[in-house]
Amino acid sequence: MSAEHSARQPRVALYNDPRVRSIAYQAGLAAAVGFLVYSAASNAIDNLERAHITSGFGFWNTTAGFDISQTLISYDSQASTYGRAFWVGLLNTLLVAGLGIVFATILGFVIGISRLSKNWLLAKAAGGYVETIRNLPLLLQLLFWYNAVLKSLPDTRDSLVSPGGAYLNNRGLFLPAPQFLYGFDAVAAAIVVGAVAAVAFAIWARRRQQRTGKRPPVWSIVMALVIGPPLMVFVLKGFPLAFDYPQAGRFNITGGVEVLPEFAALLFGLSIYTAAFIAEVVRAGILAVSHGQIEAAYSLGLKPRPTLRLIVVPQAMRVIIPPLTSQYLNLTKNSTLAVAIGYPDLVQIFTGTVLNQTGQAVTIVAVTMAVYLTISLVTSLLMNIYNRRVALVER
Amino acid sequence: MTMSEGELAVTELRFVRGEAIAPRPPPAAMTGAFAWMRANLLSTPFNVALTILLVLLLAWVVPEIVKFLLVDAVWSGTDRDACREIVQHRPIGACWPFVWERLSYFVYGSYPIEERWRVDLFFAMLAFGVGWLLWLEAPRRGLGAIYFFLVLPVCSFVLLHGLPAIGLPLVDTVLWGGVLVTIVVAAVGIVASLPLGILLALGRRSSMPTVNLLSTIFIEFVRGVPLITVLFMASVMLPLFVPQQYEPDKLLRALIGIALFASAYMAEVVRAGLQAIPRGQFEGSMALGLGYWQSMQLVILPQALRITIPNIVNTYIGLFKDTTLVFIVGIFDFLRTVEVARIDPKWATPVTSTTGYAVAAMFYLAFCYGMSRYARAMELRLARAGRH
Repeated sequence: MSAEHSARQPRVALYNDPRVRSIAYQAGLAAAVGFLVYSAASNAIDNLERAHITSGFGFWNTTAGFDISQTLISYDSQASTYGRAFWVGLLNTLLVAGLGIVFATILGFVIGISRLSKNWLLAKAAGGYVETIRNLPLLLQLLFWYNAVLKSLPDTRDSLVSPGGAYLNNRGLFLPAPQFLYGFDAVAAAIVVGAVAAVAFAIWARRRQQRTGKRPPVWSIVMALVIGPPLMVFVLKGFPLAFDYPQAGRFNITGGVEVLPEFAALLFGLSIYTAAFIAEVVRAGILAVSHGQIEAAYSLGLKPRPTLRLIVVPQAMRVIIPPLTSQYLNLTKNSTLAVAIGYPDLVQIFTGTVLNQTGQAVTIVAVTMAVYLTISLVTSLLMNIYNRRVALVER
Repeated sequence: MTMSEGELAVTELRFVRGEAIAPRPPPAAMTGAFAWMRANLLSTPFNVALTILLVLLLAWVVPEIVKFLLVDAVWSGTDRDACREIVQHRPIGACWPFVWERLSYFVYGSYPIEERWRVDLFFAMLAFGVGWLLWLEAPRRGLGAIYFFLVLPVCSFVLLHGLPAIGLPLVDTVLWGGVLVTIVVAAVGIVASLPLGILLALGRRSSMPTVNLLSTIFIEFVRGVPLITVLFMASVMLPLFVPQQYEPDKLLRALIGIALFASAYMAEVVRAGLQAIPRGQFEGSMALGLGYWQSMQLVILPQALRITIPNIVNTYIGLFKDTTLVFIVGIFDFLRTVEVARIDPKWATPVTSTTGYAVAAMFYLAFCYGMSRYARAMELRLARAGRH
């Protein structure tokens, strides 16, 4: 039967057989890409040899010899290595990206919800914010915040002084630095204990509500557990906390914590820019919850607030999370614009200064790209896990 | 008991009105501006507070902006003294003479003055092509696409870079700058990313494992890294990858970086459009005897691209904003020329930076807002077309 079938099939020329064609196309493509990669690599080796650069990680443990204006870990320009400079830069990137994500999320949710407000003025103002900010390049916004706003603040002698003892001038923002005295570790322990107790109570309250339908006043008890024990220990231990206030000198301000103007401008710019995109994500997510859901909740006797908390938000979050993740990644990638205003992030330190000093273009660009790829992949992985948990609620 | 005449007359007295009363106007508090305000601005105490707060905020911000840009602005002058508070003894807003003087630098960069007609001609040709493609009822739009994607790039290159054989002297790209570079970078990104993006999207949906794998790796890699690192790669690594005698021009390197970056994003946009086309369309075209490329070209892509136009335009908005990043690898785009001009000592005043940034903001806002309006109009048009 099958022999008869195949015999009846028309004979196809070899070059017309789809399978043969497919293999030929793929082999051709692989050969072309392979040739490109090979010639690029051999050219690179030639060119590097001519420039007397030995590629590799040999420079990693060499003394860097340049200063960095903001370091979260100890770093010394005379003794520290390029490797150490890399970690300083990476931590600075993570710091600004992490804080930026927090601020952009808060601002973005507020503006996204405002755009749907029944208050006409509020909705229009939020819409104007989104349309303006989204249509201006981030780089322009960063330059504006840095050069036109922060650099035009008064200089050190005429610093603005806030009642709390903070100074603001064109060199940065100087805040009182908390000093943890003897006995503060007990307070820290109390904070941990309080937080654990609060989480445990919330879980227990939820189980009990599902079992019996009775809901204890979760919010107030959780707040009491979080704030109460640390406060009590703090008082009992005799206030083991002091502040190192910044002191205004003639030309400089000493003491306290210094927030660089570059850092402030970058954080400002990134948060404000990304918030406009997050606002749109939030708005789309809330609009995606069909109105029937809200009406059904009302007809079951839920009040507006529980309807929002139990019906609208959980369903909207399912729509919001995936695009929100990509906004977080965009913010992290956009933090590389730090290089334009001189904030010492990974790109400014590593792809800028280190590359200029060592000439290791291939290694350094590859490492930088690998870092951002890793951040991207890890974030998408975590968000996919979360997304799967949220998506399971579906029928 | 029988009914008397009088009783009958009583029952004939009707208690129902025979004709309708003319409708009375609704209570004054329920109509007009007052009611609208009550419903939309003052519905709850919280809303009243919000409205008051916002009115105060706007009353503070808007007059400040108007004052800076118009009322206190300086409209004429020859150097920085015209825009200094100490000299003029009055509050100073935007310093427009600085912009007038630097306007040609903002537009052409350092392009030789006697050759600037070439740049103007390029702008005109580009505007003509863009108009042809954007105006949906324009005649011969197919020809317009050929003009935009094939004729225009070649002509522009000859025009801007020069071809001594036909009497156009060479103009080195180091001299290019300002709006010219911004438009060139954006146009190259726009023209190159669409075909490349379509190819990558088709590759990612291909059943051939090698094609699929290579496309996926490229797209995910480029989308996973910041544009700056792509530009750094193009500007510091590309010269290493080619033989020494072919070292590419600085602007060309940035253009390659931008084109590759934009095509990876475009690929994902096009892929979303391809996924929205039902499989039956492909099977139908196969049944008609069309090959892969024929069915893509005649059946699938026209439908997929039409529904993707709003997203394609949104990608172009992102691309247009991203052109500012070439600034960082040392190319004089519009933002860079503003940045250079604002630190010029001749115009050094406290308001120069803000004036420069205001001009840049208006430029980018006009382009990006225009594009986003167009995308929105296309979306509405598609939604209307989809209904019947």
